[in-house]
Amino acid sequence: MARARTDERSELDLVAILCLAPSLLYVICMFVYPFLYGVYASLQPVKGPAWSLKNYISFFTDAYQYKTIVTTFELALPNSIAVVLLGLFFAYNMRRGIWAERTITTILVLPISLGVVFLSEGILGFYGTNGWLNQMLLGAGLIHEPLELTHNFIGVILSLFMQNFPFCFLMLLGYISGIDPSLESSARMLGAGPWTIFRRVMLPLIAPGLVIAFALVFVMSFAVFPSAVMVGQPAGSTRSISIAAYQQAFEQYDMSYASAIAVIMGLCQLLALIVIVLVRKRMTIATTMGVGKR
Amino acid sequence: MTRGRTWQLVIYVFLLGFIVNLAGIVSHVVVSSFAKRWFGKPLPPAFTTDWFTYAWTNFELGQVLLITLFIALAVVFIALVIGFPAAYILARRNFRVKPILMLLYFLPLLIPQMTYGIPLATTLYKFGVGGTVPGVILAVLVPMVPLAVFILLPFFEQISLNLEWSAQMLGATRMQIFRRVLLPLMVPGILTAGLLVLVNTISNFELAFLMAGGGSQTLVVALYYNVFAGGVRPVYSIDAMAVIYMVMVMSVLLVALRFVRPTQMVFRLDQPRR
Repeated sequence: MARARTDERSELDLVAILCLAPSLLYVICMFVYPFLYGVYASLQPVKGPAWSLKNYISFFTDAYQYKTIVTTFELALPNSIAVVLLGLFFAYNMRRGIWAERTITTILVLPISLGVVFLSEGILGFYGTNGWLNQMLLGAGLIHEPLELTHNFIGVILSLFMQNFPFCFLMLLGYISGIDPSLESSARMLGAGPWTIFRRVMLPLIAPGLVIAFALVFVMSFAVFPSAVMVGQPAGSTRSISIAAYQQAFEQYDMSYASAIAVIMGLCQLLALIVIVLVRKRMTIATTMGVGKR
Repeated sequence: MTRGRTWQLVIYVFLLGFIVNLAGIVSHVVVSSFAKRWFGKPLPPAFTTDWFTYAWTNFELGQVLLITLFIALAVVFIALVIGFPAAYILARRNFRVKPILMLLYFLPLLIPQMTYGIPLATTLYKFGVGGTVPGVILAVLVPMVPLAVFILLPFFEQISLNLEWSAQMLGATRMQIFRRVLLPLMVPGILTAGLLVLVNTISNFELAFLMAGGGSQTLVVALYYNVFAGGVRPVYSIDAMAVIYMVMVMSVLLVALRFVRPTQMVFRLDQPRR
């Protein structure tokens, strides 16, 4: 569709190159170059010989450092699974529109736009030991001791969920409501029940969007930083890998080691993406077999 | 039919719960910023606006706001100026390296800012711009230029190529086509891109934080440092600062929502085949 409207000339003339040049140069100088420089810097430790893996070796031999990978996974994985499953459930059931949809979606944009720093400050107050939630639960007699919901693992999960759920939900809602409703009607006409429609017709169509959504949410929450510091326990149970990288860069002033940790963080995210893509490949085969010829 | 009703009810209850929690989080900050003292009661016993004046003088908010606005407007301007021509070419032309180019523009949006922010900070400090206002602008632009490109792109695709051809046939030069045909038709696109880049820049934390020095903290970074230093300043004054930040973001957001649907404000996934 979009193809038809574009110019048939496929050559890149001078005008096209001049138009693309500024932004392309920007991305190359400020994104690609720093990335490569980061890899280079990580191999040039502050002390010791040039070109050595010293930074990587010290990361993986120091339990205080390499455990951050486990900690980050423990935060990112449950959060991503919960966010995507709930996002799918709600987006799927709202695919034909619901009452006050515009208002609801507008409210959901708020946490995304306000950003995690503001949310974390609010979470500290609202879920804190003296916060409204604990007061309410105590007042209702449901609990006798205030719940510890901030400055620990739960606080970070709450903050990540508040940030990621609206994002994932709106993304999936946009995606699912773009699916042709006549497919569903045909399935219903052929006698399929709601569950069969979901399992056999809609899920295979949603799967690609679902995988992208999961990948985005996972990668985003794997880089968790401000909430892990503000509502978490940055020295203990929520010391994520970005905190480790930040501390090396701005507390120890060892940019080389910090770059190494950033590279490791990037590789973990890449690894997760590859796994997700592989799972998606298997999923497609399975569903195609189920549906038969499409 | 009753099962359908139950599902609907479950959905509303959950969404309502989420929204109530969200409203609680936001209004706790607002109430706290107006509280004289507040401890363990549903509402503070007395209200005051003193914390706003306190925050304004003690956090040098006038200065911080000026810097934030300057950075935000500079980012919007530069992102639009260099994103506009790129979006035009990507919408209109087909060439062999286009998918690679699109991926390159997409990466800064896909990869978390914390991951590339640290190497970027290393590089910018090496060139001596780290910790300065230009350094923050340069860093925040990294995801904002692609964002502007991807928002402008579909707007260009909606403008029929026939209009450009007609103008050309009637003897318009490239510059005239740009000034008289494209620019007026692109006003909604430019507004949308500008507003979304603006709101994202004001609320951008990671890159602004990694690049900020003493005199180049944006509002959200200053807010983070004050929450982080918890206990040094009264929590009410920090909440007052947070309210000022919130008002700033929400006012841009309210204008932005006149132009875009909320679902468009997150990533645009490719639509499934129709």
